[in-house]
Amino acid sequence: MGCDNILSDTFIKIRDLHFSRGDREIFSGVSLDIPTGKITAIMGPSGTGKTTLLRMLGGQLQPSQGTVEVEGLDIASLNRKDLYKARRRMGMLFQSGALLTDLSVFENIAFPIREHYNFRESMVRDLVLLKLELVGLRGAHALMPAELSGGMQRRVSLARAIILDPVLMMYDEPFTGLDPVTLGTIVTLIKELNQSLGITSVLVSHDIHETFSIADYVCILSEGKVMAAGAPQELMESKSEFVQQFVQGKPDGPMPFHFPAGSLSNDLLGSKLEKGQHLS
Amino acid sequence: MIGAFAINTVASFGRASIFLFQIILGFKDVILRSSLLIKELYSVGVLSLLIIVFSATFVGMVLSLLGYVTLVDFGAESSLGVLVALSLIRELGPVLSALLFSGRAGSALTAEIGLMKATEQLASMEMMAVDPIRRIISPRFFAGLISLPLLTLLFMGIGIYSGYMVGSVWLGVDEGSFWSQMQSKVDFRGDVVNGLIKSVVFGFVVTWIALYQGYNAYPTSEGVSRATTNSVVYSALAVLGLDFLLTALMFM
Repeated sequence: MGCDNILSDTFIKIRDLHFSRGDREIFSGVSLDIPTGKITAIMGPSGTGKTTLLRMLGGQLQPSQGTVEVEGLDIASLNRKDLYKARRRMGMLFQSGALLTDLSVFENIAFPIREHYNFRESMVRDLVLLKLELVGLRGAHALMPAELSGGMQRRVSLARAIILDPVLMMYDEPFTGLDPVTLGTIVTLIKELNQSLGITSVLVSHDIHETFSIADYVCILSEGKVMAAGAPQELMESKSEFVQQFVQGKPDGPMPFHFPAGSLSNDLLGSKLEKGQHLS
Repeated sequence: MIGAFAINTVASFGRASIFLFQIILGFKDVILRSSLLIKELYSVGVLSLLIIVFSATFVGMVLSLLGYVTLVDFGAESSLGVLVALSLIRELGPVLSALLFSGRAGSALTAEIGLMKATEQLASMEMMAVDPIRRIISPRFFAGLISLPLLTLLFMGIGIYSGYMVGSVWLGVDEGSFWSQMQSKVDFRGDVVNGLIKSVVFGFVVTWIALYQGYNAYPTSEGVSRATTNSVVYSALAVLGLDFLLTALMFM
């Protein structure tokens, strides 16, 4: 199964991806297409490797088998110099914000510019303040990351990720642990970035309600494979039991509630039986 | 069980060597952006001054005191200057400075790098197409390599002077013989330069171990704590082992 759409171009092609960590096989044959200029959501139960998939898109991990092609380039086969060049066109928003703690908000956002280019100071200032205005934090430019709330840190991180105008944005659990107001802000920002700048966005999340409200396509991963894919509306109406359990958040179904264990009566009464007593 | 331990240790050495190679390749970036190096020299070198100066003062004083007490029985107290100077320059200066440095600056480096790894700062830098080894690790390595020899020289100087204060000013050893015997017996090339070479080697090893432990720490609080402990312990073992080796090579 794939996340195809014959109407738009495909930005990322993942074919037959295999990846293991130690003994655990995380991906066993994942294939998906991520369309250009749309918001694609990757969802699934905890631990299925959604963040690992993002790291593979960024070239931080190599697949054991299969290809990941971003804009036609096979990421795993790039040498260091080309990989770094490709990364300049990507932006990633980490779950924890991942701001550099010894730099101020302004310096954090200016960091990619200072590292890669040699612009005049006034130009750097203009670029940084414009991006801060976009996320609504222009007045906070002199604060240190430790003085910001979690939601504000994530917004600064977002400004930093888009400072070089990337063509691909990856969001690792952007909705986790936020209050409703900040949540709404982030959702709006992701949607606006996608619509106004045409950035291809890949979103990894657990949040059904928020994700379905902005995603154009959703892929659900489980046990190393793509279990379901399509537009949010299609998935809500899907006949598959697995999809229905996931989308509605039912505790028991194709994904069992109980961790595999022996019989309950054995665990509770087993020691008594050993002493020669009987169940009457 | 022993086989697995041996294989893991060798693999670990291999990873550490590749890591060192990547750090040294970053030398060019460090020279071009010397502001990073200067900032690290401050945090690694200058902030270690207090502990080095304090330790040097007291070690020099104790050395002089004990030396006097022993030598006075043989009527050889005029050689006190030689005793203090040679002990500090050949042995105590490099080794004690390295051990104190690894406890103060080495553990700080390990904790800093380990926490940057745990809070995904290093990963986010990679995704911004900035090589964290060249940007973060290399400046710290060269700062440590430059700082420790300078701190060692300071240790030697302060130790000798505080030894003079106790020996001559307090205990009454003749000032003239204190300094003149020292001047004739301590050879610049044989003693001071060798002591400096030791300190350069120690600086290399202590900083390398500290940075490697931090970079490879498990990204949890227990992982960082274990990495910091390992950094100090392994540095101490390496310093003492290398000291024996270098002393045997230099002073036999």
